Amino acid sequence: MKTENQKAWFFVLPVLLLVAFNALIPMMTVVNYSVQETFGDNLFFWEGLTWFEQILTSERFHAALGRQFLFTFLILIIEVPLGIAIALSMPRSGPWVPVCLVLMALPMLIPWNVVGAMWNIFALPDIGLLGYFLNHVLGINYDMTQDPIAAWATIITMDVWHWTSLVVLLSYAGLVSIPDAYYQAAKIDGASNWSVFRYIQLPKMKNVLTIAILLRFMDSFNVYTEPFVLTGGGPGNSTTLLSIDLVKIALGQFDLGPAAAMSLIYFSITLFVSWLFYTLMTKDDLN
Amino acid sequence: MQKRSIVPIVYILFLMLPIYWLVAMSFKTTNEILAGFSLFPQTFTLEAYQTIFTDPTWYWGYINSIIYVTLNTVISIAVALPAAYAFSRYRFLGDKQLFFWLLTNRMAPAAVFALPFFQLYSAIGIFDTHLAVALAHCLFNIPLAVWILEGFMGGVPKELDETAYVDGYSFPRFFVTIFIPTIKAGVGVAAFFCFMFSWVELLLAKTLTAVEAKPIAATMTRTASSAGYELGLLAAAGTLTIIPGAIVIYFVRNYIAKGFAMGRV
Repeated sequence: MKTENQKAWFFVLPVLLLVAFNALIPMMTVVNYSVQETFGDNLFFWEGLTWFEQILTSERFHAALGRQFLFTFLILIIEVPLGIAIALSMPRSGPWVPVCLVLMALPMLIPWNVVGAMWNIFALPDIGLLGYFLNHVLGINYDMTQDPIAAWATIITMDVWHWTSLVVLLSYAGLVSIPDAYYQAAKIDGASNWSVFRYIQLPKMKNVLTIAILLRFMDSFNVYTEPFVLTGGGPGNSTTLLSIDLVKIALGQFDLGPAAAMSLIYFSITLFVSWLFYTLMTKDDLN
Repeated sequence: MQKRSIVPIVYILFLMLPIYWLVAMSFKTTNEILAGFSLFPQTFTLEAYQTIFTDPTWYWGYINSIIYVTLNTVISIAVALPAAYAFSRYRFLGDKQLFFWLLTNRMAPAAVFALPFFQLYSAIGIFDTHLAVALAHCLFNIPLAVWILEGFMGGVPKELDETAYVDGYSFPRFFVTIFIPTIKAGVGVAAFFCFMFSWVELLLAKTLTAVEAKPIAATMTRTASSAGYELGLLAAAGTLTIIPGAIVIYFVRNYIAKGFAMGRV
């Protein structure tokens, strides 16, 4: 049982100050921009909610948001089941376990622009390993700079390559925490593989899976560098996800007001969906 | 059991293929790359690596990145340790709200903060320093470090604290000489994650630096766009960015799985 102690605030004070400095001041700047118009020279004019209306009704924003949800949805339905399946088929102990874990974690430690550049080189139609294989061995006409479907397939594959290991490592951590006695009991009861999974393994993985899904949601919803380096948002606008569009508006066109309004809408959506996931997945614990 | 192990093997092969391709490219000459497809380097060359190790704009990129990543890891862990202790041991006014608010900062898209960060750090005069990037990365690393450390500390029985006080330890002495060594696995895991997320992040690091503290990633993007895409050089630079991560992960290999599971939800 935790004891009540208001002095504990002194312990969290450094964290509070550092994070607040990094979060509140920039956030207030964004809020500030989102309600004003600027023509440079530090001249600002009050605009009220004009930018918010403009963004919320703009087709460009709807299209980018749609692409963003499609991307995140595909990422989650591929990476989560695949990650669980791989974790289930890994040995529970033995000399190969650390080797597997290190190799699997490796993609996550590569800087994001290098991930994009690496997949770019990998997918070049005539000189990349993947591009060459698809074009010249399988005879599929593949060029992700021309074909939107190919571009989508490539960014999805890249993200699966990059982040499935996170789900694997988390699920695996949940699995190794299950005592052997559970499996022995299941064996005596003659439980099928499916029921072992459904009634023993899945409930034990629930907590870590909640973390995995939340992290994968947040990170895939905010993804910027990897798809930007790989496709630059193209061909056309077909892979322009929300972050890419936002940076285009903010730093490319320097439209600070609309970019700030879009940032706030973007952040609110991320917060809301994360909260929704979190509430749905932890609902049973509360009852 | 034997049949099942085919799944991880296939998966690891899939993970290694693009990495292999990057490494193979880095040993090829530009002529060979442009001439067409070859599975192995035909004329093995170290030219690209030579360029990187002799040109200060290249190798300083690595040094800069390592400096701000290390700085960030030290700051994050140093402030997260007492905070995580407070969250794991005490109830205080607004503790749950504070914890949740910390985590929400991990949800903010870096793209949202890039421009305000640039203005904020320019205003306080630390733009283009290692400290600027290290502090900016605290935004998402401190919440993560607090989260992981709190999970590990929750696993340490409270009797340890009480016994130490009975034995006449002061709080700072207990914290440094007994408590931190007890959760050193947790400190290792948290440091690993701070290192990882600071090392891989590019958008903020690039926005907050110009010349003095420019990260390797920014040097790479500049080369990619200006020098007509020197693929061999780019591949070599990419290969070298994998090495620090591989070294760090080797040290924490036995704690990775556990570290992930200890976070609380």
